[in-house]
This record gives sequence, structure tokens and C-alpha cells, in this order.
Amino acid sequence: MLEIENLHVRAGDKEILRGLSLKVAAGEIHVILGPNGSGKSTLMNAILGHPKYEVTDGKIFFEGDDLTALKTFERARRGIFLSFQNPEEIPGITVENMLRTSKQAVTGDKIKILQFHKELLALMKELQINPEYAGRYMNVGFSGGEKKRNEILQLLTLNPKLALLDETDSGLDVDAVEIVSSGVAKFHNEKNSCVIITHNAQILKHLPVTHAHILLNGRIVKSGGAELVGEVSERGYAQFEVTP
Amino acid sequence: MKNYIADIERALYDVRDADKSIYKSDAGLTEEIIRDISKRKNDPPWMLDFRLKSLETYRTIDLPTWGPDITALNMDEIVTYVKPNAAQVNDWSQVPDEIKNTFDRLGIPAAEKKSLAGVGAQYDSEVVYHSVQKRLTDLGVVYTDMETALIEHEDIVREYFMTLVPPKDHKFAALHGAVWSGGSFVYVPEGVDVKIPLQSYFRLNAAGAGQFEHTLIIVEPNAKLHFIEGCSAPRYNVTNLHAGCVELFVKDGARLRYSTIENWSRNMMNLNTKRALVERDGLVEWVSGSFGSHVSMLYPCSVLHGDGARCEFTGVTFAGKGQNLDTGAIVVHAAPNTSANINTRTISKSGGAATYRSAVKVTKNAPHAKCSVNCESLMLDDESRSDTLPVMDIEGDEADIGHEAKIGRISEEAVFYLMARGISEDEARAMIVRGFVEPIAKELPLEYAVEMNNLISLELEGQL
Repeated sequence: MLEIENLHVRAGDKEILRGLSLKVAAGEIHVILGPNGSGKSTLMNAILGHPKYEVTDGKIFFEGDDLTALKTFERARRGIFLSFQNPEEIPGITVENMLRTSKQAVTGDKIKILQFHKELLALMKELQINPEYAGRYMNVGFSGGEKKRNEILQLLTLNPKLALLDETDSGLDVDAVEIVSSGVAKFHNEKNSCVIITHNAQILKHLPVTHAHILLNGRIVKSGGAELVGEVSERGYAQFEVTP
Repeated sequence: MKNYIADIERALYDVRDADKSIYKSDAGLTEEIIRDISKRKNDPPWMLDFRLKSLETYRTIDLPTWGPDITALNMDEIVTYVKPNAAQVNDWSQVPDEIKNTFDRLGIPAAEKKSLAGVGAQYDSEVVYHSVQKRLTDLGVVYTDMETALIEHEDIVREYFMTLVPPKDHKFAALHGAVWSGGSFVYVPEGVDVKIPLQSYFRLNAAGAGQFEHTLIIVEPNAKLHFIEGCSAPRYNVTNLHAGCVELFVKDGARLRYSTIENWSRNMMNLNTKRALVERDGLVEWVSGSFGSHVSMLYPCSVLHGDGARCEFTGVTFAGKGQNLDTGAIVVHAAPNTSANINTRTISKSGGAATYRSAVKVTKNAPHAKCSVNCESLMLDDESRSDTLPVMDIEGDEADIGHEAKIGRISEEAVFYLMARGISEDEARAMIVRGFVEPIAKELPLEYAVEMNNLISLELEGQL
């Protein structure tokens, strides 16, 4: 589904990703672990083509097609979704309006307003989001936890092929992490994939993690199975440091 | 009342001073022309006198020297602006394509297009208008054009006409007093709640396409009215001066909501004067959209004259290429416990200039006044300009005054966020702009809100 080859990305003058390669197949759940500043968020943003991040070398393929020349919204329409670490506040646009517009853009179908409304409320109930929030402005005045649940609401509404989750669990209390985690579990099936950045093993509890990678200084220094997550939480990243 | 008027004048025209206008004579505008206008309109003698006095006043006042540059207005040729019917286009083919295209894209029906461009009467709305008339008459409400009001309700017109905006107020008020023509008159008797909004849109006609129209609305104690002026499609006029006047009288416990969309064609100087006098526990609500014109100077004023009088002002201004829109609001707190809320959004793009200008005055007679001002500006590119010029003059005791101003740009992170949800870049930007004006749009009557959103999309298309 996703294939990244020797990716080099710079932001401003700084090279952040330095030859990163990653392969994610349908049905897989990958976890990316790494200390702050190792390039995790840059990777997520680069996959979606954030204009601030310049790909200087390497390629990103999605379902066999090279994404490099595509704009962000074209990548999203192909089925890539990013749950933001810090979701933007957008005054004047309601959650429902935004989600309906997105769904229409991604599917290309005309959305039936009433039916959409019903489905949205059902999903909100599952994620324990107050139904009034459908009419509130996007993330404006939301708590950190509410913003993250709103991201999962978007994930479930848009139902992409590849979900990138950038620290969706950070800043959440135990119960909220549980809600987010079961939201991701609901989304996941054998046809789609997840790439999850986390510092916290708890979000992975309900998820059948297939791969884990350690990202240090812009490169993946070690890949393995779910067991890597445990190793990192016990012993930290120092063991993986590579001396140049 | 004179004192309060003097107050307003000071607040607004403080800056007017020594600079002697080069347009001293205005030779073109003669007593003869005024007499001719008056005769044609069958004015009663006092109105002719009023016009002639206004003409004298007009000759003694200079052009304002503050605000946008309006020297492009050739006052020596003023006569061509005011000669009845000289202004009208008679032929649809003479209407500029740019205007026609906008009509098409807003989905305005053919008959209305011609009406808006001043080349025909608005046939479709006639029927609606007449059925509305019947219901109003049953309630004792008078809703008619100013000329008819002057014949059928002469006493009322005489009592109120240009008492709130006196001709000596400024040059264009004086000009208006001399040459006014057309406009709407509404009288709502005590205690009557007019449940349907009255729309001047129904009343547009070729003769009064609105250059010097006068609107006079009187809402008697405990009565209620929503009046909607204008329309969001561009109104085209070959001449380039609009100097209308709106006077609103809101009596004890009465409520008046006055909604406007001003969207003059891009050749216009829009120098409109609007003022409301609000008595005890009365409420005036202004909802004001300014989109068109080359230059606008528009600052609806609320004089809170009775104890507990209130004002709500909600405004949006969108200045594009070649436009200089100077808009805002004035509030005069002239009685105890009066309160006002001003909430505006301005947008500028492609080199347009949008200025928010306001004056809040709290007189000595107005203890415990409350006023909150919130103005936000969005600049869509580096060549556009946005300014915020709030003036506060507080003399009353224990005033509670708040002011919040923000000038900013579209957040690129927000654009990325929307694009990451599959929304195209142009649409993402348009959504953010629409979101920015949403607090205003939701105050507009639905069809106007929809049209305003269409307008914004049209304005943004291909620009970003």
C-alpha cells in the first residue's frame, strides 16, 4: 500500500529525514517510536505533502503510484488520512459542515444531508462526543482530548485506506486513550493500514500491531514486531543509538 | 435633541478643518435645477424651501479631508449627477459584462437583473409586494415610497425628515437635502409587531434606482420591525455618486432591525449617511454588508437617547482590487444605562483597502454606559491593506468599555489541515474566509447569507 524509498526531507535549512525507507502492506499496523526531534512528525507531514517540508531525494509510492508530484488534497482523496498532533482551530466552520465537505471531496459523491447527520451522530455517540459539538466550530474551544476524539471522528467518517496517527494519544487521560484506541480498532480491517506514532503503549492495547520501527536522527535504525514497543518502554532509546 | 446631534457631528467631523476646498463654487448646481426637481416631484412648498436651504448649506461646506480620497468626484459636474433620469441606462446592452456575469453566476432571474441594473421595473416582485401591502395595511403599518408618503402622510414626514441627519451635517447630507429622490417610508404604530421582514428590494424601480434615496422609518413605542435594504447582487448606475440618507426613529421599548447589503458597481463613490435615534429601552440592530463600490464611507450611527437604550451593530466589509472601503460604526451614549455591541469583520484582497473606523462617545449624561467593540480584519495577500481606527471619547461615569481588534492572514496550517481532508486548496481558503465572516453571515436573512457566500466564492475564484 505505502512504500517509501530512501526519503530525504528538509524543513528550511535543516535536513530532518535522511534516507528513510518503509513498507506498509494492507492489513498491517505499524508503530513508529522515537525520541522528540527524530523526524516522526516530519515523516507524517511529508507523506501528505506539507509545503513546509521539501523532499530532496527518494520517493513515496501509494498503491504503486508515485505521490511526489501530487498536492495534499489529491493524496487525501486517494485514501491517506492524518490524525494531527495539534489539530487546527477553524472558526466559523462547524464540525458537521467540515466533515460533510471532506466526505464529499474524498468520495466524489453527493452526500445526503439527513442521512449523513444521522451517521455522524451515531459515531459521535460511540466516541462519547457531546452531539452539540456537531454544530460547534472546528476545534474552537475544544480541550486537548476533545480535539483528538474529533480527529478519530474524522477518521471513521472518511474511512481512508491508510491512517497516519501522530501522537493521537498524547495529553489524554486513561479513559480518553481507551476511547481513541477502540475508535482506531473499529476502523482497522484487513484491507486498510495504520501507521501510529506514540510514546505510550496503552493506545496499542486493542490493536493487532504487526510492525514496530525505531526512528533516530532521521533514519529507521531498527525494525521488528510488536515486542519492540515493550523494549523501548523498559529501556528507552539509548540502546539503539548508532555511533556514526 | 439638537445637543445630541451636535455631539454626533463632533465625533464624526472633528477632523474637518481649514483646508479650503478647490470646489468652491459648484456652479453647475443651481436654484433653477432644484426648483425643477421639486416641481417634477410635486413637493409641498415647505419641501421646496428645505431643498433650497440645503443648497445654500451645500455651497458653504467643503469636501471632507479625512478618510479615503474622493477627489475623483468632479463636483463641478455635480449637475450631471443630480439631473433626474440623466443617470439611467436605457438599454440592457449598455450594462457592463462584468455586472451581467455576476448576475448570471448568482442566479438572479432575468427581470430582476434588469431592475438591478436600472433598465427595467421589477415585475416579478410586484405581486409579492402587493400581497405584503394588504397585510400591512390591516395592521395600520404604512410602507410606501417617500414621494407618496410626502403626499399621504405629510405631517409625519415634516416632523421627522432630516432632523436626525440635518443638511449642515456634511457636504453630502446637504446635497442630499437639496436633491433627494425616492426611497422608502415605514411607519409602525405603537405596539404593532410586523412579523415579516420588509424588503426595499421589492420596491426597486427604474426611476429610483437609488442615487439620493431617502429612507425614513418610525417605529412607535413597543412596536417591532425588521427592514431589509438592498440586495447582494451589484446595483449598477452609470453615474458614480451615491449619497443616500437613512433616518431611523426607535421609540420607547421599540425594536428595529435594519439589514443592508451594499453592493454598488465598482465605479461608485458610496457616501451614505445612516443614523438611528433610540429612546428608552429601545433597541436598534444594524446588520451591514459592504461589498461593492470604488470608494465607500459608511458609518451607521446610533444615538442612544433614552435610559436603557441599546444598539447591536454587526458588519462585514470586503474590499477587492481597486476598492477603498472605509466603514464602521458610531455610537453616542447620551442617556444612563445605555449599551452597545459592535462586531465587525473586514477582508481585503488583491490590493484592496479596508478600514474599520468607529467612534464611541459617552456623554456626561450617560453614567453606567456599556460598550463592547470587536473588530477583526483578514488580509488575503501582501498587496492589500487593512486598518483599524477606533476612537473612544468617554465623559460619563462608570462606563464599561471593551475593545478588541485583530488583523491577520489566512493560516497556512489551517489550509493544510483542510487539504489533508481532501478539500482543494481554493476551496479550503474560501471556507476559511467564509468561516471568518460566519458570525456576521448568520445574522443575515437566509437568502442573503447564501448570496453572500456565493459572492465570497466569486471574489476568491482564481485569485488565490
